[in-house]
Amino acid sequence: MDYFTQQLINGLVLGSIYGLIAIGYTMVYGIVGMINFAHGDVFMIGGFIALITFLLLVSTGLTAVPVILLIVILVSMAITALYGWTIERVAYRPLRHSFRLAPMLSAIGMSFVLTNYSQVAQGARVKPIPPLITGGYTLHESAAGFVIQLSNIQIVVVITTIVLLAIFTWLVSRTRLGRDMRACEQDQTMAALLGVDVDRTISMTFVIGAALAAVAGLMYLLYYGLVDFFMGFVAGIKAFTAAVLGGIGSLPGAMLGGLAIGLIETFWSAYFSVEYKDVAAFSILIVVLIFMPTGLLGRPEVEKV
Amino acid sequence: MTAIPHETTHASRTAGIAYILKKSLISALVALVLFSLMVGVRTEAGSEGQLTYWTRFGEVAALVAVVFGGSIVIELLRQWIGPNGTDSLVPPAVRSGMSFLGRYLAPALLIFTFLVPVIFYDQRYILDLGILVLTYVMLGWGLNVVVGLAGLLDLGYVAFYAVGAYSYALLATNFGWSFWICLPLAGILAAFWGVLLGFPVLRLRGDYLAIVTLAFGEIIRLVIINWQSLTGGPNGVSSIPRPSFFGIPLDNSDNGLAARLGIEYSPTHRIVFLFYVILALALLTNWVTIRLRRLPIGRAWEALREDEVACRALGINTTTTKLTAFATGAMFGGFAGAFFATRQGFISPESFTFQESALVLAIVVLGGMGSQLGVALAALAMIGGFELFRGLENYRMLVFGMAMVLIMIWRPRGLIGHRAPTVFLTKAHAISSDLVKEGHG
Repeated sequence: MDYFTQQLINGLVLGSIYGLIAIGYTMVYGIVGMINFAHGDVFMIGGFIALITFLLLVSTGLTAVPVILLIVILVSMAITALYGWTIERVAYRPLRHSFRLAPMLSAIGMSFVLTNYSQVAQGARVKPIPPLITGGYTLHESAAGFVIQLSNIQIVVVITTIVLLAIFTWLVSRTRLGRDMRACEQDQTMAALLGVDVDRTISMTFVIGAALAAVAGLMYLLYYGLVDFFMGFVAGIKAFTAAVLGGIGSLPGAMLGGLAIGLIETFWSAYFSVEYKDVAAFSILIVVLIFMPTGLLGRPEVEKV
Repeated sequence: MTAIPHETTHASRTAGIAYILKKSLISALVALVLFSLMVGVRTEAGSEGQLTYWTRFGEVAALVAVVFGGSIVIELLRQWIGPNGTDSLVPPAVRSGMSFLGRYLAPALLIFTFLVPVIFYDQRYILDLGILVLTYVMLGWGLNVVVGLAGLLDLGYVAFYAVGAYSYALLATNFGWSFWICLPLAGILAAFWGVLLGFPVLRLRGDYLAIVTLAFGEIIRLVIINWQSLTGGPNGVSSIPRPSFFGIPLDNSDNGLAARLGIEYSPTHRIVFLFYVILALALLTNWVTIRLRRLPIGRAWEALREDEVACRALGINTTTTKLTAFATGAMFGGFAGAFFATRQGFISPESFTFQESALVLAIVVLGGMGSQLGVALAALAMIGGFELFRGLENYRMLVFGMAMVLIMIWRPRGLIGHRAPTVFLTKAHAISSDLVKEGHG
């Protein structure tokens, strides 16, 4: 039971990170109708920028952890958001009215560009950082000596996710931008006729998605203590699985799917085999797409001829 | 009348300079922010696991300058070419010349390929490169059945390549079966896996299909890595037998081919033999594809690519159509895999990553989905290009990704954008208005 609870905590933390990435997939799919294959690599870039900012701040002699975290989060969100904007502008916008496979292929190309760009720019070796947030709480200690721990970093990850999700839900449901986004999702031509700047709205979608991915990258860096240039690929596919599982196009769905994938992966590793944890995640993707293509909270897609 | 358009273009051009400069400045600024940290600060893990960094402002400045200059050039080109795009660039005379060239290019290329081992007999490097290119031509043609003809985006094609390679490697090393028995078996096994993948994804289309095939490819690779007792895991399978000339080994022994023919043994014999084997396999793929296109199933594939709903409305069984496309493509992938295993003599999961799938897909897309000649030329260009950048291991995937994006923007239909229907009416028929009147029929 104690082991189970500990895995539950670990799974929820991992799921929060997946959920943050999944939001980027689900928003872009909802509005543009394409899988932003490069989104996993945007997450990786976010992690790298967070690492570099952190390193620069530490070398200036700054020691206050909350200040460092705040600056790192803002800088990595801003720069990664610009990456998202540029990617959309360069690789996707010219293809918006092209044939249906073109954006997907362009996205795959972009994913290669980002992966190898960071390999060339930052080297192939794994970059570790010392733990920034240490300590934690012992929730329960069983007679057998097994300890359930809730570390501070886990608390930070979950709270950051909840706060961001709250801000983001407010943004989509209450602001002008959110209204424009929902309008574009339903009908781009009609939205344009009613005065919505479709290009700008799509750009903003990519910007927000990339900013959230940057936060996920930072959380990953803090939680696991390392980044490398290849981490975007698998994390990206898992987050996409989360988006599909939750119902693509649905924001609460993405978060729910992220948590589900995080839990499944953690429990699979804990009770079955660590080697096959990625196989489990990919199998879930296949099974969900086949038997439940609309996901948990998605709307069925009506096919138009 | 004539003066007005002249004046407006002139005006737009003078206004354009300020506009171009402004746009390029914005691009340069964006580039500055993008590259500032990622390129400007290089991090490296030190010996005791702690990170060190050093700055590289020179590189950032150079990159920003390149972006600034590049966007000026692009804007100028855009103004010069005009909004019509590339159409106005190619005059009709050149285009008719190109179509003339296109008619004779394929036979000329084929004859040249046949002669490559004769011309470059002494140059082992060129022969090896030729074998590599032909392997990718074959893979491209195999994937072309799935992507180019049936329009099913398959991102996990390398899985079938892996199935073929491991089938041959395991059958040959465990049971000692010869290459020529294992080759069809590898093809059949790969086709079987193709059907196995095909069944669950029948209902999916477009992007979802792509992601599921990608996941399938990754699952196969992960299983190969982890099922160590069968596949040897990350260490792979080594000492895979070389192919024989229909039972006669190609080695330096007394009953080898060279000894039997009474000529002096040379290791080049085997390379030349391999070259012709893969050429024959590739041509078989091409021939089968061309023949299949003229059969009802081939026509059904092309109909499926154009419109699945209309396809079903016409009574085409989309299930069998999709499954045969997957199986056929997978079979050729399996053949290529078996050949790869026998050529290398060693295989490991390293050779079957997603990058490989993307490379084959890029060849098909660059070649213009559905065009056999285009795929062959694209394979030549891609693999040749990779060889040119061999020293720059990391940069070549970067360039590869950029090329993929640029091709999609510039020519989404590929270099030889060919999507002409293979069947059409040769004679014009007049249709009576009775037949098309509204409310009748």
